[in-house]
Amino acid sequence: MDYHKLRFIKDRLMQSLVYLSLILAFIPLFSIIYEVFVRGVSAINVDFFIKPTPTVGEVGGGVANAIQGTLITIGLASLIGVPVGLMSGIFLSEYSESRLSMIIRFLHDVLGGVPSIVIGVFAYALITRSIGFSVTAAAFALAVIMIPIVTRTTEEALKLVPMSIREAAIALGIPRWKVTITIALSSARKAIITGILLSIARIAGESAPILVSMGFWRWWFAGLNRPVANLALNIFIFAMSPFKNWVTLAWGSALILIIMVLIISVLARITLTRG
Amino acid sequence: MVKFDIQNLNAWFGSKHVLKNINMKIEENTVTAIIGPSGCGKTTLLRCLNRMHELIPGARVSGKVIFNGVNIYDNSVDPVMVRRKIGMVFQKPNPFPMMSIYDNVAVGLKLNGIRDKRVLDAAVKRSLELANLWDEVKDELNKSGASLSGGQQQRLCIARALAVEPEVLLMDEPCSALDPISTAKIEELIRKLAKDYTIIIVTHNVQQAARVSDFTAFLYLGELIEYGPTRQIFENPQNELTERYLTGKFG
Repeated sequence: MDYHKLRFIKDRLMQSLVYLSLILAFIPLFSIIYEVFVRGVSAINVDFFIKPTPTVGEVGGGVANAIQGTLITIGLASLIGVPVGLMSGIFLSEYSESRLSMIIRFLHDVLGGVPSIVIGVFAYALITRSIGFSVTAAAFALAVIMIPIVTRTTEEALKLVPMSIREAAIALGIPRWKVTITIALSSARKAIITGILLSIARIAGESAPILVSMGFWRWWFAGLNRPVANLALNIFIFAMSPFKNWVTLAWGSALILIIMVLIISVLARITLTRG
Repeated sequence: MVKFDIQNLNAWFGSKHVLKNINMKIEENTVTAIIGPSGCGKTTLLRCLNRMHELIPGARVSGKVIFNGVNIYDNSVDPVMVRRKIGMVFQKPNPFPMMSIYDNVAVGLKLNGIRDKRVLDAAVKRSLELANLWDEVKDELNKSGASLSGGQQQRLCIARALAVEPEVLLMDEPCSALDPISTAKIEELIRKLAKDYTIIIVTHNVQQAARVSDFTAFLYLGELIEYGPTRQIFENPQNELTERYLTGKFG
């Protein structure tokens, strides 16, 4: 009888500990979202979405140029990062036993752990120094951050395609490369799309590598060899400025950045569960 | 006419010798059953006939498999072309999960470059009819292949294999995951297909071998113990091992 009682108490104790940790983990998340929402909402109006960064002393203004710039940067980064990541993922899963794969896998793990500002410096050395502070350099840096994420999720997703499915296709007399790019990729596509979306969510909020390779820009897109404005950088620069309307815009930028990332994450969830 | 002439066939997984010096001839448009206890090499023998065995890392084959007069292990032979002529149905139904019923059947042709919708439509209808599935699915060709029952999925897999117009159908315990009614349907189908196709079926169910096959091969520990007309094997086995296996003394 005592034994059962002890077990009951231990069970309850562990249960309470689990709930407590859960609450502890949620406190920062909810307080950030709450704070950003309350402060950011006051910044949001029609001007916020259609007007560019106000000049010093100008009242109002918006972040339309930063939204445009962020989308262009993410788009360019995906254009480089998704195909490269996808193809390396395919290589790793199809030739997983080869020595080259082991090396590539290891390097991807290292790359995934490199602080993003170091990647920014890399992009600076490689691109900024030859063509100047530009959206190209920033997109390159973000692509380098994306690649290991896309590669590893693609590899994992393809490895989850059962051998029986591949064998069925091979037994139909379909060449192996076609089996991979049609049957295997289509069976794994939900997980791969999820990986791509999550990598986009990851780079959407990056600021350090962008600051190093592209810098701050208050105007609209002006060519691939020029910088563009960026939401994450807006938060950094505006929040530290002494101008009241810039500070408000920083909160607004933070809010729509969070909403963007939230939407992408929810999309990723939906693709994974339904598709 | 002899469809397969298997000569001195040996197969290994790493250092494990799983098929030992197999010699047998398989006649065109007949059903040949391969029986034997678990681990005797039935499935390996089957997979040696369309060069699927070599896909497993560490697997190795020696000897000849002469198909339509050509050794499929000859250096000049492309295994992809071999597999187009020799279709396969697996133990567990394995339709492509993301594809509709129609696409499951059409995919082999599509990936081999056939785009003409009329040709594909006709091939899908013909293959599903051959597999005795057309009447059950003709109104829902766009539904997912995975939505069918196990027995229907297996017939879908047979239709998929037939769509690329093979000459031979290799079946690896095609009914082991199915209920008796679905099994009966597949067996009926095997008899029907034997008119135009050469069928080799691996089964652990000796009654099934007796019901569907014209010839039976009994394998034990990687060796071909006895091979002959099914009737003779079942009624008058020459080897004591065969008799003991068929009467259920071991298995």
